[in-house]
Amino acid sequence: MSHGTQEEPAPTGDLTLGQHVGSGEVPRYQGGSRTPGWDDAVDLTKDPAVIPDPATVHVPEELRAEIEAHMAKYPDERSAAIPALMAAQRRHVWCSPEAIEQVACVMRLTPGYLVAVASFYDMLETSPVGRHRVYVCTNISCSLRGADALLERVVEEVGDDPDFNVRSFECLGACDIAPMASVDDVYVGPVELDDVPALIGQVRSGAEVLPEKQILRRKSVDPNAGSTS
Amino acid sequence: MSSAILFKDIDEPGLGTLAVYQRRGGYGDVLRKGLSMPREALVNELVESGLRGRGGAGFSMGKKASFMPKGGMDKYLVCNADESEPGTFKDRELMTKSPHMLIEGMILAAYAAGATKSFIYIRGEYAQQADILDAAVAEAYADGLLGENILGFDFSLELVVHRGAGAYICGEETGLLDSLEGKRGNPRLKPPFPANQGLYQGPTLINNVETLMTIPHILGMGAAKYAEIGVENSTGTKLISVSGHVKRPGNYEIELGMSAREIIYGLCGGIEGDHEVKLWFPGGSSSPVLTSDDLDLGYDFDSLAKAGSMLGSGAIIVVDDQTSVVEVCLKLAKFYRHESCGKCTPCREGTQWTVKMLERMKSGTATPMDLDIMASVQEQITGHCLCVLGDAMAMPVGSMIAKFRPEFEEYIEAARERAERELVASLDAGLVGSAT
Ligand SMILES: Cc1cc2nc3c(=O)[nH]c(=O)nc-3n(C[C@H](O)[C@H](O)[C@H](O)COP(=O)(O)O)c2cc1C
Ligand code: SF4
Ligand code: FES
Repeated sequence: MSHGTQEEPAPTGDLTLGQHVGSGEVPRYQGGSRTPGWDDAVDLTKDPAVIPDPATVHVPEELRAEIEAHMAKYPDERSAAIPALMAAQRRHVWCSPEAIEQVACVMRLTPGYLVAVASFYDMLETSPVGRHRVYVCTNISCSLRGADALLERVVEEVGDDPDFNVRSFECLGACDIAPMASVDDVYVGPVELDDVPALIGQVRSGAEVLPEKQILRRKSVDPNAGSTS
Repeated sequence: MSSAILFKDIDEPGLGTLAVYQRRGGYGDVLRKGLSMPREALVNELVESGLRGRGGAGFSMGKKASFMPKGGMDKYLVCNADESEPGTFKDRELMTKSPHMLIEGMILAAYAAGATKSFIYIRGEYAQQADILDAAVAEAYADGLLGENILGFDFSLELVVHRGAGAYICGEETGLLDSLEGKRGNPRLKPPFPANQGLYQGPTLINNVETLMTIPHILGMGAAKYAEIGVENSTGTKLISVSGHVKRPGNYEIELGMSAREIIYGLCGGIEGDHEVKLWFPGGSSSPVLTSDDLDLGYDFDSLAKAGSMLGSGAIIVVDDQTSVVEVCLKLAKFYRHESCGKCTPCREGTQWTVKMLERMKSGTATPMDLDIMASVQEQITGHCLCVLGDAMAMPVGSMIAKFRPEFEEYIEAARERAERELVASLDAGLVGSAT
């Protein structure tokens, strides 16, 4: 299956596919403009959320320390917004209202500001997801080598397991191992359709994923470069 | 390969550690030589080497450094390690294997630019590489190679590795700066250019990973010698990422000017299944496509520009003749639609409409006129946006329509006929069903 874009079923490169919740409800901006929820109704009877009061918000000590360490690295503390949201997400699995409130409390920013930041970035989740991230690249080079079929196969294998966050992703910068996936930050490829059960099984059991197909184990220089074999 | 500079010791075990890197000559005479030169002399050396930016725009590295104002204000160096141009994966390899080479390049670039604070903005997806960089930076600090008075010279530099969180637009230099300031990664209006008003309003030099990593080598061999490699206006070697339907996808270091045919058929072993090349992107998905007629072009900045495309990030994506150009076009358009930051109308709406029209073509509801409308949408995007992301879709899409119009027309017609047949079949089935 090396010619993914030739297949008859419609390519499913949309973020609406898979277990990923929360996208696709807004046809006009679907997948575009990085403004999901632009037409969500706002409750005008409520006052805008202010910077949380440290006396009433409980922030886990480790998380606070991690966020403060990030803030200390920059000339302007606000630069720590993304690392802080990432840290909170690692703890809460997604940028839940609670996660946002904790970051806002430590960084002395409004929750609204942080939600605006979080909604811009693909790796920050603004609606509930499973904790294992499986990003299947469906950009051009991977789709030329069967990425769409791979994504379908992964979605099928995962089924309705709530522990997974399977989504199609734009080019992950590893087209040399196309079709590929990033599984909880570990890059693997080329992933054959037959590798999928093992891969998902390894994630479920906490084992290393496809060890022989991890990108860090590859040599940079192809020993066969230039040969015509 | 004889032309290897950046890739010379790349597979040396342990090169990522300070000990092995130093044993290979890293942080040694070259760094001392650089830091003992007057700043202007170092900038001159970079100008004379002819080194052009490896991130996409191809601007002279030395000239950009020379735009940095003098004076005592806080100045910044930012390494662009966002690498999200589809097809590009060279910086990943360099950072995985040789993080100290990047740090050494950044020390020299920061010294040339008069910057005392520096950042590596690395895409969040590259978590493994960011961990590698974090470890290398810690080693360098511990050894006095970062921080106060590097190697005893009157020069100090802070370096922070900053992880993004997934957004192509944060590779655009001003989007990157906003993102690094903790905001949504919306590009800024230029001018002012970052050299005058960049990070935290201060003068900022932004360069790509590969550009910065080349600096120690230029200094090591001397600018004149470096400038002899390659061809006129495209000096030196370049890492190219080749992907798609080639037999051996991967990173290759070439001397600029090598022909595309040598790259695709020589280094990469030709096309899978021994099919023919239908089209290729010479510089990432944002570059206008070329065809099999262009394979004898030299792979360098000027030759590709003359052929109506660009070298971009050095990512060659090869598409074979078994693949439908319309399907490739749809993938591409969907990417830019997803990545548009939404700030300007031609880009936000243009990417959306391009996807819609391509989907219409696919579902058999498009008319031949839609092709002209789609082409005109591309023209209306080009040059009318705040940053070049809009153009980055419009140019390749426009080039596909221009070069493969008959195929688009056949595709539209075939899809329309198929849709009609299906409609008739379902009507027939419906009639039969209701009669019984
Ligand atoms: C949409 C867009 C995405 C970009 N992505 C990257 C990138 O991922 N990496 C990069 O080095 N440059 C990228 N660039 C180019 C940068 O804006 C900038 O020109 C470059 O980092 C300058 O470094 P250089 O002179 O060393 O090439 C991008 C530009 C645009 C318009
Ligand atoms: S061209 Fe697109 S990505 Fe660039 S600023 Fe405008 S809307 Fe944003
Ligand atoms: S297209 Fe999949 S990693 Fe680049």
